[in-house]
Amino acid sequence: MYQYDNIDQTIVNERVTQFRDQTSRYLSGKLTDDEFRPLRLQNGLYIQRHAPMLRIAIPYGLLSSKQLRKLADIADRFDRGYGHFSTRQNLQLNWPKLEETPDILEELSKVEMHAIQTSGNCIRNITTDQFAGVAPDEIIDPRAIAEILRQWSTFHPEFSLLPRKFKIAVSGSKQDRAIVQAHDIGLEFYYDKEQKMAIRVWVGGGLGRTPILGSVIREHLEWEHVLTYCEAIIRVYNLHGRRDNIYKARIKILVKALGVEEFKKQVEAEWLHLKNSPNTINEGELKRVTKFFTQMPYEKLKDQDDAFDEVNKNNKAFASWVKRSVHPHKQKGYRSVTLSLKPHGLAPGDATSDQMRIVAELADQYSFGELRVSHEQNLILADVKLKDIFKLWEKAKAHQLATPNIGLLTDIICCPGGDFCSLANAKSIPIATSIQEAFDDLDYLHDIGELELNISGCMNACGHHHIGHIGVLGVDKDGSEWYQVTIGGKQGNDASLGTVIGPSFAAEEMPGVVKKLIDVYIKQRNPEERFIDTVRRLGVNPFKEHVYA
Amino acid sequence: MLNSQLILNQSIVDDEWTFVPLPSGHEEIKKQAGKVVLFKLTGESLPSELQINETVIPQTGKIILPLSVYLKNRDALQHRAKNNEIALWIATHETLDPLISAEKDINIFPLIAVFVERFQDGRIFTLGNLLRTRHQFKNTLRAFGDVLQDQLFYLKRSGFDSYLIKEGKDPNEALKALQSFSDPYQGAVDIKEPVWKRKVRS
Repeated sequence: MYQYDNIDQTIVNERVTQFRDQTSRYLSGKLTDDEFRPLRLQNGLYIQRHAPMLRIAIPYGLLSSKQLRKLADIADRFDRGYGHFSTRQNLQLNWPKLEETPDILEELSKVEMHAIQTSGNCIRNITTDQFAGVAPDEIIDPRAIAEILRQWSTFHPEFSLLPRKFKIAVSGSKQDRAIVQAHDIGLEFYYDKEQKMAIRVWVGGGLGRTPILGSVIREHLEWEHVLTYCEAIIRVYNLHGRRDNIYKARIKILVKALGVEEFKKQVEAEWLHLKNSPNTINEGELKRVTKFFTQMPYEKLKDQDDAFDEVNKNNKAFASWVKRSVHPHKQKGYRSVTLSLKPHGLAPGDATSDQMRIVAELADQYSFGELRVSHEQNLILADVKLKDIFKLWEKAKAHQLATPNIGLLTDIICCPGGDFCSLANAKSIPIATSIQEAFDDLDYLHDIGELELNISGCMNACGHHHIGHIGVLGVDKDGSEWYQVTIGGKQGNDASLGTVIGPSFAAEEMPGVVKKLIDVYIKQRNPEERFIDTVRRLGVNPFKEHVYA
Repeated sequence: MLNSQLILNQSIVDDEWTFVPLPSGHEEIKKQAGKVVLFKLTGESLPSELQINETVIPQTGKIILPLSVYLKNRDALQHRAKNNEIALWIATHETLDPLISAEKDINIFPLIAVFVERFQDGRIFTLGNLLRTRHQFKNTLRAFGDVLQDQLFYLKRSGFDSYLIKEGKDPNEALKALQSFSDPYQGAVDIKEPVWKRKVRS
């Protein structure tokens, strides 16, 4: 993975000093609440329901075991011994003390980590595919470009106070796993007819209050221009995006108001001035950064292992976990393994410090000391030998990290909701756990098959409910908490936004509602048909009729 | 009231310029329309005719005029402009187009200032960048209004070299914020080359 040189380290160290000064000026009354707010937010520090919340950056979801151990130590020393992995591939601490955040940053800086731009109206943490570099369907490994984007966007002077937050995702595989269509800018890398790396640029996607899937504003951009083209887009947005109404301030609203063609025209006109300016990347810099992400020292192995096959045949529990958690790999004899942070009955995406240490150990033992965070809020060991998978499973299982539910209904994507977040209108964790409890029969869960259920506690959509096959949105009605249900949302190349099925439900109704949706699917599905495809084939009505009958 | 102590080129000096405000609007604020085609409402006011007409222009000395007031009185101010007595200020929601179409050479102004109404308004950075790069403005570029030390590093990188810190904040303390980061990553107005072009990196 990328390793800091003294330039990266100096920037992070100077940030610690700067934020320590800002925090102390606030605590001594030299900065007002209003003045401190944008400063702390750009450092991922929220004032939340019970305590501050600190969002720690995990650039493009990649972590070393050393970093994860440090996060575990920080969770123990400064928080309550656990952290929450978010849909933005970051880690959130729910109970830090404001006055201790500079010390947390200092600890993070020792392992090349920080909380820079994890919130606030600036370019946020760059996200990508959790299987980057190892997925068999990968065309281009997006991690070097993601790192180049990280550096360029860090303390970008022109884009440090935008109308609203700004999210960029990078993908380089046939199957999009980075949700490029739901980002302010989505960069889809591919090889063009001349076998040169090129980018399809998506713009104006986003979920939240006004969910919109992005549009392609440039089909073919030569990769050297990735930064200057982003500069042109964000410059147009910075000057013309609305600042009078935060709900209408995202770039998607500007793109929609202008129309994609007009927006594109303005971006292209701006880019003419920026094209070939010094932020143009060259082959040398790409190579320098790429060498941090070259292949791991893989052994030459067969793509089959007798012992693995044997235990997979005879151990039903192992086999059902393998079916969901083990993914194909570019390299023969290796697999990627997802460790589930969705044991039934606990908050999705949470990991205790002990679990973090266990995962760090597993990463060291089985996956070259690295791991990834997925936007589905699970942890991935990307490079596990086929023959090590059984041992890995046994250890993971002993620490509640091997629930065989990856990609199934109980692998619920869920924001922290009203239990923690001051923005939330409703709780989301109890809804997730009640649904998990209602679907505790593993055979049934596997029979239902691939299904993404996403829950957000408010319309800011941190739980990405619009793109869940089943989406649940917490709403406030006259001071009480209700839940609106959508179906038919999907991430990926054929992304779609879900459709609301009708009036919202009380919390206690939710497991029953999901059961009814599943009943219709089981009854109506064609062989091998996924829930999402049945919904797409039949439309909302049969589901609606049964749920509200 | 504005702070009288000014940061210019990394040291504190007295401000030799007199700031000319727009009188507060008495009439209903007109929403700025059509800044972008079809994008009708950015929710910001442009100075009204009445405000422009009621602005009192000091007869002598170095003055910083609102862009709209300058444009309205351009002919009468030419002799003073030649004496380097006329500077301009614009608000972050204004575009540079009227200035650029009125003046072939904006370097006739020894100073252009940008007023920040709200600290969080980052349009000032793009305006600074455009003035310095696209329009080749070479003289003093000042930020004033809701300017805290925490913006200075970004302002410096966006081409500003003069900062009137918000009243009540210590400009001496603010000075150090210009040095917050020693080696920024990306190219900008002040340091054009990104770090990987300036330094050998491993």
